[in-house]
Amino acid sequence: MKAFDELNIPGDLKYAKDHEWIASADPHRVGISDFAQDQLGDLTYVELPEVGADIAMGGEFGSLESIKSVSTLFLPVAGKVIAVNEALQDDPGLVNRDPYGDGWLVEIAPADAGGFSGLMDADTYLQHLKDNG
Amino acid sequence: MTADGGILHTPLYSLHRDLGATMAPFGGWDMPLWYRAGAVKEHLAVVQAAGLFDTSHMDVITIRGGTATSFLNYAYTRDIAGLQPGRCAYGAFLDDHGHCLDDAIVYPQEDGFAIVLNASMGERVSAHLRSLPGAAEVDIRPLQPRFAKLDIQGPAAPRLLAPFLADAETLLAKFPYFSFKGSFDLARSDVHLADGTSILLSRTGYTGEMGFELFMPEDKAAGLFQSLLDAGSGDGLLPCGLAARDSLRTGAVLPLSHQDIGHWPFINHPWPFALPLAADGAFTKSFHGAEALLAADATATLPFVGFDPRRVEPHDAVVLDGDREIGTVTTIVSDMAIGRVEGKVTSWASPGKPEGWNPRGLACGFVRVDRAYPAGTTLTLKDTRRAITVEVTDDIRPDRTARRKLHR
Repeated sequence: MKAFDELNIPGDLKYAKDHEWIASADPHRVGISDFAQDQLGDLTYVELPEVGADIAMGGEFGSLESIKSVSTLFLPVAGKVIAVNEALQDDPGLVNRDPYGDGWLVEIAPADAGGFSGLMDADTYLQHLKDNG
Repeated sequence: MTADGGILHTPLYSLHRDLGATMAPFGGWDMPLWYRAGAVKEHLAVVQAAGLFDTSHMDVITIRGGTATSFLNYAYTRDIAGLQPGRCAYGAFLDDHGHCLDDAIVYPQEDGFAIVLNASMGERVSAHLRSLPGAAEVDIRPLQPRFAKLDIQGPAAPRLLAPFLADAETLLAKFPYFSFKGSFDLARSDVHLADGTSILLSRTGYTGEMGFELFMPEDKAAGLFQSLLDAGSGDGLLPCGLAARDSLRTGAVLPLSHQDIGHWPFINHPWPFALPLAADGAFTKSFHGAEALLAADATATLPFVGFDPRRVEPHDAVVLDGDREIGTVTTIVSDMAIGRVEGKVTSWASPGKPEGWNPRGLACGFVRVDRAYPAGTTLTLKDTRRAITVEVTDDIRPDRTARRKLHR
């Protein structure tokens, strides 16, 4: 498992408590953090929503299956899904190898421009990880 | 072996940490789940080249005395009286109800038997054995001193291990599946590493692939593990953790003790070879638990394989035949070395696989259901999230190498 100082937590993204990230600038891509992919282990299957789906804040937008478990994905802000990362169907390991880049999950059009205010910045998220072991 | 706050460490513990392993408790031991490469690559390495496992958490007990053979032949499901010299036998220990206490491999030794059990099972199985008729005439005890155990598994295993063995050419000649060379009394063993260390080498494993289990002194194990990795990494050898071991053994249709076999009758399962069965279904010898087994109105344990890698959560899942609930899921993993080609389950190792084809993985495992359903029967596994379709099968990952003739 990665030590805290080995984790990659980019400063230009916003983070949710259950380890999703979202880009606060356009395009608003959503993925899972380096911490989350490290905890899950190798992904074996990624289930994503239909393009066009409207999802509430905190609503389910799919699931990640790793070698260890099946985890539900929750959308950190309300929005409409405008793209999904089709490459993950053939290569779910992209999420492990590049969680903030080629391993993005969905792109959304946020329902509310102020929807990012409840999310954490990188420093706060790192502190959240340390506090919650 | 050392202990840290009640959890046990194998002699390779600090090496696992240095290799970046993600650790997890298993049977009272802190063991590697996977290393830096990740469980998918580790699983594939064992199918394509080779993987190296620390299995020093397993227990060994010994039974000695003039009546050891007749005693063990009653206690164990396999007929070990007729074992050829140098052969070992996979079977189980059953209680009065025919329920499985643990599975094991029995190794005949010069003065009795060594029995390799699952982690932390030595005491429980020993206590059970001491309750059986004839126990007073035999000596049952843990193997001392404790040993380290490394498993090297995969088609490249013989070639990668050979340079570390003394007189490898002779040693690896005539070495069939489920045979062994050397002694558990390491001081007496005539099998050595190239550096002179005494070992016992067994052509067994729990991955379904070609390979060996190597029993050796605790203080030499980390050095050998590291040297094997240094020498073999260019040939695809990876250190492998429990996650890969679980997916590999499932694909090879092997049970996990206390999960796929346990507190229910040890019969109507995919492991008839673990019982002394005659063609007519009768037993060829009497053994403890046999009468209860024959009288049992038992459920059936069946292997299944899915159509993609998607799984259900086994603890929440039920098995449905149409709308009818018929049982539970005991194991479900994704074997990432297999996929379907025109509907047929095909492995990365299958000779007939299409050019350029790479498997995406298939869910597979075992269900315990009301009766035996024939291979090809379609069942539904349903948890709170989803339902997946699987089919009952006789085998899971095709073209495995465990039984292949040894060649280097």
